[in-house]
Amino acid sequence: MRPSLDFATGGGVGDQPVDRVLPIRGSGVSIRRAGRTLLDRVDLTIEPGPLTVIMGPNGAGKSLLLRVLAALIEPDDGAVSWAGTAPSRRRAPRLGFVFQKPVMLRRSAIDNVRYALKVAGVPRIERDSRALDALAGAGLDRLAGSPARVLSGGEQQRLAIARALATRPEILLLDEPTANLDPTATLAIEDQVRRAHQAGTTVAFVTHDLGQARRLADQIVFLHQGRIAEHAPAAQFFAQPSSEAAAAFIEGRLMP
Amino acid sequence: MQDFGSAFGEAFRLVVVLDPALVEIVALSLRVSLTAVLAAGLVGLPIGAALAVVRFPGRSVALVGLNALMGLPPVVVGLLVYLALSRAGPLGPLGLLYTPTAMIIAQMILVIPIIAAVSRQTIEDMKDEYDEQLRALGVGPFGMVATLLWDARFSLLTAMLAGFGRAVAEVGAVIIVGGNINHVTRVMTTAIALETSKGDLALALGLGLILLVLAITVNAAVMALRRTAGHASFA
Repeated sequence: MRPSLDFATGGGVGDQPVDRVLPIRGSGVSIRRAGRTLLDRVDLTIEPGPLTVIMGPNGAGKSLLLRVLAALIEPDDGAVSWAGTAPSRRRAPRLGFVFQKPVMLRRSAIDNVRYALKVAGVPRIERDSRALDALAGAGLDRLAGSPARVLSGGEQQRLAIARALATRPEILLLDEPTANLDPTATLAIEDQVRRAHQAGTTVAFVTHDLGQARRLADQIVFLHQGRIAEHAPAAQFFAQPSSEAAAAFIEGRLMP
Repeated sequence: MQDFGSAFGEAFRLVVVLDPALVEIVALSLRVSLTAVLAAGLVGLPIGAALAVVRFPGRSVALVGLNALMGLPPVVVGLLVYLALSRAGPLGPLGLLYTPTAMIIAQMILVIPIIAAVSRQTIEDMKDEYDEQLRALGVGPFGMVATLLWDARFSLLTAMLAGFGRAVAEVGAVIIVGGNINHVTRVMTTAIALETSKGDLALALGLGLILLVLAITVNAAVMALRRTAGHASFA
């Protein structure tokens, strides 16, 4: 049982951690930039449990939607809630975010993880062992002392995921984490994400790679031109897409 | 020409035997400029960090102003500090004119814009890279500034060294507010100016040599720092 980080909210029941973030709900979320509507009144709820793949062509608004759900970007219209309340910085460590291009602090690999644990309020005496556990889980324990920025692209991304998982988040959000990686590194990342999911972390994974979506997804959210064209279980989505846009995407046809 | 040759010889001798008059001047130079740079860092780094992180109306005007201040003519700074510290000036009662403290203040004013402008640029570039990641981890504004200052420490040290180079080499400001008083406010640059005009080239050249070596050392230190930081991928 992890110690609760905050006793102020008083929402805890029994063993329940007080600072929950799931379900994450976006309602009527719109983003407009320079006269263009990039997200158009999107409603999406991410419930605890399944591995959700958010898919769609480039420019559909996938990454933007993920950032809005993580409260990294304020929507112009609509609202986002975490476990029924407005997002708060205090609960950010309960939500792990992994970027397409890993952002490595100018420190050693293990210090990158320690930093995240410190921000999350983990007591100093626990940080070393938890950071080492996180690195071991990513197969990076040998590289603990290496400067994070000399690691290979794949190692950096695994470290970024390990760092995001170290604070034991309820949900892991990944924004095309394998877009810049070769197939071997990609499979290593997918394996790492799958293991985190099997260990009980809810996952939302943005990709435009059909094969990757097939390998990972329990359910698919298909975005097209800033709207959710389809939200369905993975098997159903790939067998019988109900939207023309999704059908075209799966068949590899070009879309307007 | 004969004169110049013997002057060079004498200059080397002064440096090699650590002539007391020369050492005293060099020591005061270092004390004044190092103190000025440290004080300027205490003021300039937070200003740079704040300008990098905080968005406010008129920010771009402030940045243009800051960059312009980097080129402040030392004599003008000297004149302004002189006016402030002279007996009739607002800070006259402190009695600081013609003291090393006055020289420190003048050099500090010269160096603050350099440190602030360079650290602003450095930190802002790093912030563009770190911002989303740190917010995703739940880092607040103060934690953000602290993290940026720490991770940019090598570049910021470089800015401080650049500031030191400017401070120790300038003559206009310290000669006005210090007065080049022997044993009190005589530093390398003011001594060189005076000895040259007196025709005592040996001391001037000796000091000039040391100043040159100092400038080369500072630049070598900057490069070594960059290289170390680059190797460790901390830059």
